[in-house]
Amino acid sequence: MAKIEWPSADQAAIIGKRVTRTDGIAKCTGEAKYTYDVNLENQLIAVGLGCPHGHCKITALEAAPAQNVKGVVAVELLKKAGDEIQWEGEILAVVAAESEGAAREGVARLREALKIEALDVFVNDEDLEAATKANRISKGGDKVELEKEPGDDDDEDEFIEKEIARLFKESKHVVEADYGIDVITHCCLEPHGSTVEWKGNKLNAYLSTQNVSGTDEGFAGGLGITADDVTVTCQYIGGGFGSKFAPDYWGITAAQIAKKTGRPVKFMLDRDQELKLGGSRPSGYIKVKLGADENGIVQIWDSTHWGTGGVSSGSVSQAVIPYVYTPKNYRRVATNVSVNAANARAWRAPNHPQGCAITQTAYDDLAAKMGADSLEIFKKNLVNISNPQFKQLYEEEMDLAAKIMDWKAKWHPHGKGKANGSVVEGLGMAIHTWGGGANASTAIVRIHPDGSVSTFCGTQELGTGTRTCCAMVTAETLGLKVEDIDVNIGVSTYPFSGASGGSTTIGAISESHRRAATAALNQLFEKVAPKLEAKAEQLVAKDGRIQSNGDSKKGITWREACTLLGMRPLEASASYERGAQSPLSSSQVGGVQMAHVAVDKETGVIKMKKFVVVQDMGLIINRLTAESQCYGAAIMGIAYALFEQRLMDPATGRFINAELGEYKLPRIGDVGEIVIELYEPEHQRSRGVIGLGEPPVISPGAAISNAVANALGVRVPVLPLTPERVLAALEKA
Amino acid sequence: MRDLKDRPPASGFSRREFLKGSSAVAAASLAAQQAVGQEKKQDSAVISGWTEITLNVNGKNEKVKVEPRTTLMEVLRYQLDLTGCKPVSLDGSSGASTVLVDDKPITASTTLAVAVKDKKIRTVESLGGPNPDPVCKAFVERDAQQCGFCTPGFVVAVRAFLDKNPGATEEQVRQGLNGNICRCGTYSQVIQAALDVVNSNK
Repeated sequence: MAKIEWPSADQAAIIGKRVTRTDGIAKCTGEAKYTYDVNLENQLIAVGLGCPHGHCKITALEAAPAQNVKGVVAVELLKKAGDEIQWEGEILAVVAAESEGAAREGVARLREALKIEALDVFVNDEDLEAATKANRISKGGDKVELEKEPGDDDDEDEFIEKEIARLFKESKHVVEADYGIDVITHCCLEPHGSTVEWKGNKLNAYLSTQNVSGTDEGFAGGLGITADDVTVTCQYIGGGFGSKFAPDYWGITAAQIAKKTGRPVKFMLDRDQELKLGGSRPSGYIKVKLGADENGIVQIWDSTHWGTGGVSSGSVSQAVIPYVYTPKNYRRVATNVSVNAANARAWRAPNHPQGCAITQTAYDDLAAKMGADSLEIFKKNLVNISNPQFKQLYEEEMDLAAKIMDWKAKWHPHGKGKANGSVVEGLGMAIHTWGGGANASTAIVRIHPDGSVSTFCGTQELGTGTRTCCAMVTAETLGLKVEDIDVNIGVSTYPFSGASGGSTTIGAISESHRRAATAALNQLFEKVAPKLEAKAEQLVAKDGRIQSNGDSKKGITWREACTLLGMRPLEASASYERGAQSPLSSSQVGGVQMAHVAVDKETGVIKMKKFVVVQDMGLIINRLTAESQCYGAAIMGIAYALFEQRLMDPATGRFINAELGEYKLPRIGDVGEIVIELYEPEHQRSRGVIGLGEPPVISPGAAISNAVANALGVRVPVLPLTPERVLAALEKA
Repeated sequence: MRDLKDRPPASGFSRREFLKGSSAVAAASLAAQQAVGQEKKQDSAVISGWTEITLNVNGKNEKVKVEPRTTLMEVLRYQLDLTGCKPVSLDGSSGASTVLVDDKPITASTTLAVAVKDKKIRTVESLGGPNPDPVCKAFVERDAQQCGFCTPGFVVAVRAFLDKNPGATEEQVRQGLNGNICRCGTYSQVIQAALDVVNSNK
């Protein structure tokens, strides 16, 4: 009888191996159909009119100018005269037409006729003083933790001030500095959107979503129908990164236009709308003072930080300040700044990349001030971390990363490296943590009399290789090959599986598919046992055979075994509840990253030379796609460390670089050498599957900033580290 | 998925349409300019409104209906259902709509359909089929893809680059493929995949 557990590393036939994607060729050749690619018969193409100003009142908005355009079939006004709009790009009206050209012409006519009254705009999230003056701030939470308790007679506030002052006075080394990280966007290459059609009162929605099982409810709620009346399909999604959990109002609008016109509608955001509306990550700017003892161990941390998540969404959580490292004494205060921009959305590892970038830079500046090796300071401070049981793991990972980077040989104190003309080099590092526990998931495994196997699960292929991992787990369990499994995902009528957010999918689908496949196999064993004159609990499935454990001769082929099912397929379903204790999965990982950069002091240009990722994730399902997550995260990290930022015009509140020509992302020549080391010793593998999407994207900002500081001997305080900022920091120093 | 190429355009051909809207005029004059200098003088005739042209796509002559402003990408995606050419940036800066026109990589999102009517157009779909191009196979082996939305454009760009530089070095690969953006961060494996193809030809 197969049990709910993973095979050991030496027994596993498929789990932990490098398996190429089952949908790889489809993605390479255009065969894979994304939401944008779904062309339905007689469909209309919809284009939205975006608000041209960061804060305004609409004084005239009419449908007629677009209705007169040849090819335009429907015009839907989402706003009306008198409405106040709080950010640029907000969709005011939607034009649906026979062709994209006609829809765009219709939008152009609406734009010409649109009249607005411009109102005061505030977009300067970096300037806390200006934000305070403009009355754009709100409290974002705070926390004080001091080892010493106030006496019964002490005034608490007074005690805190005095105690913090005392701790700084006792500190051997004190660092006072500012750091920051600008707003970036999700910038999914497939923009948000849907292609929808009605069949009577039932809605078929092809939606670009990370949440196949949950967005049927989203449509239903917005349209006044029930979730049973909605089928959401997403076989492929062109990027989500935390921004695609809901149909959004533009999805609801598409369904409404489809209803009114009786025709399918495709409504995808334009590139600039994707950047303005599709999702952004909050900024974070911080003033820090830290005090350390003679060994460089931080004893007191005192910081206030602020940033924006748009009009009404918060800044970086105070809970990640300082990041991973948790000194015994700290005070952290967060302030939210409201700017005229659409609200932020969850961006891969919410809060963590910013928390890391604006605090582990301070730890590195402590090393610089002491003339110490950064690696030693990062290591010594492991005595005070949020998960003390991870101390040894971080030490092992730091040693491994240092070896791959050749840290010892390359290291020089901050600003003391040899210059090659105007070019200096430096090393930096950072560490991170993430939960990544499995989401809820249910899977059905069906074994057919002809030996074929199909699985059904309402999860989604986010780009992480989920379809392949479903096949791997099922095939491993049944003793079959990956290509033997027909995996069915991406449809909301399949069994529920949680949204892909927070690195919860690999755990979710591993749980549900391992459990359902095991249950199906145990049923099959019952059928086979009499024929083999064995007990069901003595049977195993291996190499395409069902056989007695320990006597491989006593067995039959898989196909022969399945003929015993008779005419009907065998079916088993199994579920995993989020948070349940399981031998298959757990949560919480570490991770260490190191960067080696070269900086040209004349031009301010930073080049990535080498980037090292050492990452644990419990048990690895697919080594190939796990590595890809790390490569991708490193590159996304290089993007926000060196290139991408949202630039806002202070006068109009316009997002002025909302096209890919101006919204700078790294290209193939910008990323340098990247080395991935998946850390899976038995003490980690035995913990089961843990999600990997978020953790490796957290450290690059701090690691790269620290490497630049090590090269220059000067901190470039705010990410991204653009040439302009590098030169400004050098000039100031 | 239904083949959409037989769908008639909703708005008909009309002379009066010609002067309506600056974009249409600009498009028409650009088309006329591009036609000038080609072998046949009569090709430089002004076109406007919806008109039927023939495009040679993946070795097949396809009759399509276009306006002067219709991009090659719109024709490929909406009339021929060749959706491997992806709409990522209107300005072409992402490279996701890369196709080959007379063997040269161009972005279909910034190319007018009327401008390529006498040329050989090859889309990523021509690299697929039962025996996919070695570039596709190398992308899969190296896992040079995540969400995959940029991947077809990248595959076409790598194919074109390697056709021109069959013995490319790693440095040349890093310098020669900067026209495509990947948000998921697959560059490292794209480099490996391209070099695998180079090495397999040695």
